[in-house]
Amino acid sequence: MRELVSLLNVFCLLSLLAVGGGSAVLPQMEHETVTVHGWVSADDFASIYSLGQMAPGPNMTMVGLIGYKAVAHAGMPGGMAFLGMLIVLVAFYLPSSFLTYGASHIWDAFHDNPWRDSIQKGMAPITIGLMLAGVHAVGKTASYNPAHSMHFNSITISVGLAVTAILFFKHINPALLILVGGVVGWFFLRGI
Amino acid sequence: MSASANKPTPAALFAAFFQIGVTSFGGGLVAYLRDEIVTNKGWMSEDEFLAALEIGQTLPGLNSVNVAIIAGRKLAGPAGAIAAATGLVIPGAVILCILGALYVRFHNNPDVAAALAGIAAAAVGLLLQVTLKIGAKQFLKLGDLLFVLLTFALVGLCHVSLPVVLFLIAPVAIILRRPRKEAAK
Repeated sequence: MRELVSLLNVFCLLSLLAVGGGSAVLPQMEHETVTVHGWVSADDFASIYSLGQMAPGPNMTMVGLIGYKAVAHAGMPGGMAFLGMLIVLVAFYLPSSFLTYGASHIWDAFHDNPWRDSIQKGMAPITIGLMLAGVHAVGKTASYNPAHSMHFNSITISVGLAVTAILFFKHINPALLILVGGVVGWFFLRGI
Repeated sequence: MSASANKPTPAALFAAFFQIGVTSFGGGLVAYLRDEIVTNKGWMSEDEFLAALEIGQTLPGLNSVNVAIIAGRKLAGPAGAIAAATGLVIPGAVILCILGALYVRFHNNPDVAAALAGIAAAAVGLLLQVTLKIGAKQFLKLGDLLFVLLTFALVGLCHVSLPVVLFLIAPVAIILRRPRKEAAK
């Protein structure tokens, strides 16, 4: 029960901190769920994040899986796992949605306020910095992991950089590329 | 609001957003939303959609879900907002439920673990590309780049809590970009 309340607290706060989109809270989410609460391992976090990239819809819906694992981790029965998932999804989507709903009412009043432009310009580099920290948060497990061999890490880094490069030059559905990453992983990373 | 002659019911909104929620593999949801709301259904004009997107991007939360809330509210009130947002999120959540159950069961299998490692490695590449693409302007301006690196160092490396960074760094960044009397740049 205490875990469910903690999940609610953590993800409600993350919801309201997600400035500039969901990726901006990845580093904080990783820190809270892996290091502070130990709901998921660093490997779990990287896997869950990347599974989320393959599902349709908003890519941060994967946060539900963290709730799912957290409940299992706390030793609660299996049926509760879906409750954990539901709590996290509600906690992560509802606060920001309420805020947006309310703010879209009063937004028009600020339409010509020059500070709006300042906020957008000022926040842009912070959002990018947070997304970069998100790359680091997932990458320190998924791309360069000291627990793995040099050979393993060189493959994971190559796969990541290849995806980055391909997406810059070709218009391909990213979900497809991630699936290809899975095939490459299955082929080259087994048993090493 | 001139272009919204045909107002959808909440049920029609739910159906339209549910369809996007099912088919939108691989991110870029905002483009899917624009195609459906503006081009296919003609529920909003291009300008109305861009205005909704601007609010959705500025406020916390996912851009796509925020746009769904704003568009749903404008088109069909509170029920419309709920219909649009749930329609968008539910399909992915159901699919992730299934993926999650499979993950918990099979992630120790060596074949699955190897595939998952490849998937995660590719996902990092995707996130890096999105970051570099969105941030292209910020990386090229020294003033912005300093804030990018400062934020990255504080949150990513020193694990300073995100609220602390947002309440200490963001005001400075915003004040530096404060409105000027004559447009300097």
